[in-house]
Amino acid sequence: MSAVVHDHDHPHGYGHDHAHDDHHGPRKGLMRWVTTTNHKDIGTLYLWFSFAMFSIGGLMAVGIRLELFSPGLQYMDPDFFNQLTTMHGLIMVFGAIMPVFVGFANWQIPMMIGAPDMAFARLNNWSFWLLPFAATLLVLSFFMPGGAPGVGWTLYAPLTVQMGIGMDLTIFAVHILGMSSILGSINIITTILNMRAPGMTLMKMPLFVWTWLITAYLLVAAMPVLAGAVTMTLTDRHFGTTFFNAAGGGDPVLYQHIFWFFGHPEVYIIALPGFGVISQVIPAFSRKPLFGYASMVYATSAIAIISFIVWAHHMYTVGMPVTGQLFFMYATMIIAVPTGVKVFNWVATMWKGSLTFETPMLFACGFLFMFTLGGFTGLVLAIVPIDIQMHDTYYVVAHFHYVMVAGALFAAFAGVYFWLPKWTGRMYNETLGKWHFWLTLIFFNMIFFVQHFLGMAGMPRRIPDYPLMFETWNKISSIGAFGMGLAQLLFLYVVVQTIRKGEPAPQRPWEGADSLEWTHLPTPVPYHTFETQPVVK
Amino acid sequence: MSAKENRSLSFRLGVVALGMFGFAFALVPFYNQICAALGINQIERAAETVNTQVDTSRTITIELDSNAHNLPWRFKPVVSEIKVHPGELAVVEYEIVNARDAAVTGQAVPSYGPQHAGQYFQKIECFCFTQQTLAPGETRRMPVLFVVDPKLPKDVNTIAVSYTFFEVPGRGGKT
Repeated sequence: MSAVVHDHDHPHGYGHDHAHDDHHGPRKGLMRWVTTTNHKDIGTLYLWFSFAMFSIGGLMAVGIRLELFSPGLQYMDPDFFNQLTTMHGLIMVFGAIMPVFVGFANWQIPMMIGAPDMAFARLNNWSFWLLPFAATLLVLSFFMPGGAPGVGWTLYAPLTVQMGIGMDLTIFAVHILGMSSILGSINIITTILNMRAPGMTLMKMPLFVWTWLITAYLLVAAMPVLAGAVTMTLTDRHFGTTFFNAAGGGDPVLYQHIFWFFGHPEVYIIALPGFGVISQVIPAFSRKPLFGYASMVYATSAIAIISFIVWAHHMYTVGMPVTGQLFFMYATMIIAVPTGVKVFNWVATMWKGSLTFETPMLFACGFLFMFTLGGFTGLVLAIVPIDIQMHDTYYVVAHFHYVMVAGALFAAFAGVYFWLPKWTGRMYNETLGKWHFWLTLIFFNMIFFVQHFLGMAGMPRRIPDYPLMFETWNKISSIGAFGMGLAQLLFLYVVVQTIRKGEPAPQRPWEGADSLEWTHLPTPVPYHTFETQPVVK
Repeated sequence: MSAKENRSLSFRLGVVALGMFGFAFALVPFYNQICAALGINQIERAAETVNTQVDTSRTITIELDSNAHNLPWRFKPVVSEIKVHPGELAVVEYEIVNARDAAVTGQAVPSYGPQHAGQYFQKIECFCFTQQTLAPGETRRMPVLFVVDPKLPKDVNTIAVSYTFFEVPGRGGKT
């Protein structure tokens, strides 16, 4: 029962041949960030941008929970409440969760595959700098006549056709966000396929790189479909087309089909990079190689492919034929198989490993428990007769927050704590990191676990008021939301404190981590890395 | 990892992205074809007339409702409720008045409660099959000729039929 000692395939050559790497560093001042083409700078920009969006979206969530603290209308009119739920969803999905993983991709992919930078460095800069404009459009929509769109983040017709000018800003924001994602994805695919170090075969790539390769393909295939859907909404609004207008022969249900054809792959666009991060963190803290590497790759690919044929499980109640419902029900359940493969592989990686529970590992374990719980409620919702009961209730809200927050967000936290020492050369405060984890975990469950009960009791989502009988659970949920919001201030403090005056990190902060950035590069990583590509044996 | 290979790969991926943008639009005719092939959602098509036995043992209440969505039209059924036997040919009339001093074109879209009763409410003639253009101030009476399919499930005794008139954009009479 001795601990497995992992033997590295890679030569240990810290800093060899890297003396020349530091000959030109970054520019000084603000223009460094505007004009940068360095993948690490752009990664940092993505990460800070997504934190800013996470804060704005989080404030909106706190607003929503404030209104729901008590029955009746307290602080806002229902229109504004709807605008908050819509913008919270859009900002968190497109502004926080997607960019945070693009940030990780920028920092990590070139270092993990031994490339000097991304394939298209200047395009990379542009992909990022599209985002602040899109975010500005989204936030500006609040100040338009009629306010921001209050249609839900899914932007369903026919409401979208009837909204004020804020809707147009949102449509353009979605266009710009989509463009940014597609350009970023093309860049990532090209980098991974064409710029790997000699000897770094596809099946030797760290799993984080694999999940991003597959995610990038999903983005290239799915984002343009969303762009098409909102373009149709735009022309319905202003140019007399009737794609979704029943009077002109269109059909609002058509919008739902097109949206969810994008929307379901989008769910995995959000989840897969998180799976990748977890697949790096768990082996590192188990001091064992990842169990079932090849099956992980195949499972990820299977999830991606099946994700294109399950979209209508979001719309069981539109009146589709029972054959259609059955097809989408079984297809959805099949996705649980490759997802289960991944979960079992992570658990098997930990099995008999010499485990330690530093903050990244805590978040990874939190991910494993909570994401699996969210996966199970997803299976419950996949069952047609149950879903018809649960449709648009808080059960659905609880389900997707378990996979998005406890899944994607926890994975992002795990990644930040995992790589922060490598990026900054400084160690974060372990005690505060653990506090951040436990507070987040407890408050997260306080918010969302009780929402399962509310949903099963029939409380509908997206409504600012509720009957008295729902008050207790809503109060608990709201208190959890305030707590979770405050806990993220602690995260900001931990990160800033690490960057400013953290203890110098050791050369290999995690001895179990063995991808190229840990074994071949000094800590902190220099501004330019792998200008001479390493040879992977 | 030459720049040329990178450019060629990115070009091919760009074509895929553009293709998927087009695919979103291709879903529109595809959706309509699927619906037509499966007979789903064919609200603008007359039911095929078949000789059916009138089932006098059951009486179905048809409740009629009307809405004019954002249209300056007065639109209401002449009677709000009738009783029919399944298989029996029945006619109801709706009255519509254009209160605007301009010609307006609208299209009525039916909906049913309960939802699944829609497929048993077979319209042989309906003003909802075509767009209606009303001159300023015009009043029009329009019929719905229908048969309730005797295969209507036994637990349905009442069907609510609701028509909503939507303005067809770009056909004159803009507000």
